[in-house]
Amino acid sequence: MGNSKIYSNAKSALFDIKSGQSIMSGGFGLCGIAENCIDALTKIDVKDLTIISNNIGNSGRGLVKILIQDKIKKAYCSYVGGNPDLEKRMLDQSIEVELIPQGTFSERIRAAGLGIRAFYTPTGYGTLIAEGKDVKEFDKPCILEEALHADFAIIKAQKADLYGNLWFKETARNFSPLMAMAAQTTIVEVEELVDLGDISPEDIHLPGLFVQRVFVGSNYKNDIEFLKLEDKS
Amino acid sequence: MSWTKEEMADEVIAMFHNDCSVNLGIGIPTLIAERIPQKKNIMIHSENGVLGVSGRPNKSSVSPTLINAGKETIAIAKGASFFDSSLSFGMIRGGHIDFCVLGGMQVDCEGNLANWMIPGAKVTGMGGAMDLVHGSKEVIIMMTHLTKKNTPKLLKLCSLPFTGKSVVHKVVTDMGVFKPHNGKFTIIKLAPNIDKVILQMNDLLN
Repeated sequence: MGNSKIYSNAKSALFDIKSGQSIMSGGFGLCGIAENCIDALTKIDVKDLTIISNNIGNSGRGLVKILIQDKIKKAYCSYVGGNPDLEKRMLDQSIEVELIPQGTFSERIRAAGLGIRAFYTPTGYGTLIAEGKDVKEFDKPCILEEALHADFAIIKAQKADLYGNLWFKETARNFSPLMAMAAQTTIVEVEELVDLGDISPEDIHLPGLFVQRVFVGSNYKNDIEFLKLEDKS
Repeated sequence: MSWTKEEMADEVIAMFHNDCSVNLGIGIPTLIAERIPQKKNIMIHSENGVLGVSGRPNKSSVSPTLINAGKETIAIAKGASFFDSSLSFGMIRGGHIDFCVLGGMQVDCEGNLANWMIPGAKVTGMGGAMDLVHGSKEVIIMMTHLTKKNTPKLLKLCSLPFTGKSVVHKVVTDMGVFKPHNGKFTIIKLAPNIDKVILQMNDLLN
């Protein structure tokens, strides 16, 4: 097994991203975001990107860095609370935002990766989300939701081996393995790159089949958004 | 006298049976995780990908990758598990979560819930709420009884966009516990010294 998937840094791994392309970006709030890839995007001359990410950054951090550079034309996400930069652009319509219920969001991405073209779900029935969508009655009324694809996924894992098998830490997994399956090209940054066999086959969260490029990231901030500690009183 | 947030949380906890699974929404509901008695043996689910939340960490166990859906640091119990967002929402949509407790802006007597946007003024997004209200076996809304302008949040019909249609089972406010039933609200319990006049729900009550 060669090292053909291994890149030296974010800049080299993101060499072919172009204006107008779509990028899925993993993470829940700031937990598990691809910090190095996002920083690299701030320095690449691209515009009119479509970004698919649960929060599009938060509290001025993460993807907000490229949002305030006006590089995003359209965003797919489920929650903009805690992201005033996005909420403001959404209300003044300087960016197009499609809000998607989070379970539908993750399932549309999973479906894209696994060859499911569309599925029926009760989520969103009777709400604004259902407008214009096909409705079918099962045990209860359901709406038709289609798979969501992207040109690239930028995700972070704690560990990868040389084939790109991934292991995620705690709740940092969230949307990342789904996005890796759904994108044409998946770029993974990791804190640790290990030899083949160093992650036990039983412990691999995502097989490297879905991963095209891997690099070891640096200078991780791993920001905590809301630090809450136990009350000792 | 109205209930405090802690007393509201305890009213919700009293509805949980032993060994059940519970999803807690952002805001007041997260208070529940810190107050559930251990002996109830409840598994708390957070939709960002963890089953088995057990309250707050201490300084040595806190981890930036261990958070709840409100992006707050958490601790986990023995027997906890981590998973991706698709499996997490599969647990919800698939009907495997017994209770979800969400915040609300408005609930009406048809059981409709509004809690994700105020057109032209505020958009937070629905997050996982639209999935939770359709998947959980019982949907409990926890909110203050009155708006900042002192008008009730329990209405004949929600004026804000729905999060879900006919999905709410119970509402716990600082004034009481209510159940949408037959096109009106039934009072299940009132906080001390709260009467029907204070509730401002005259013709909406069964």
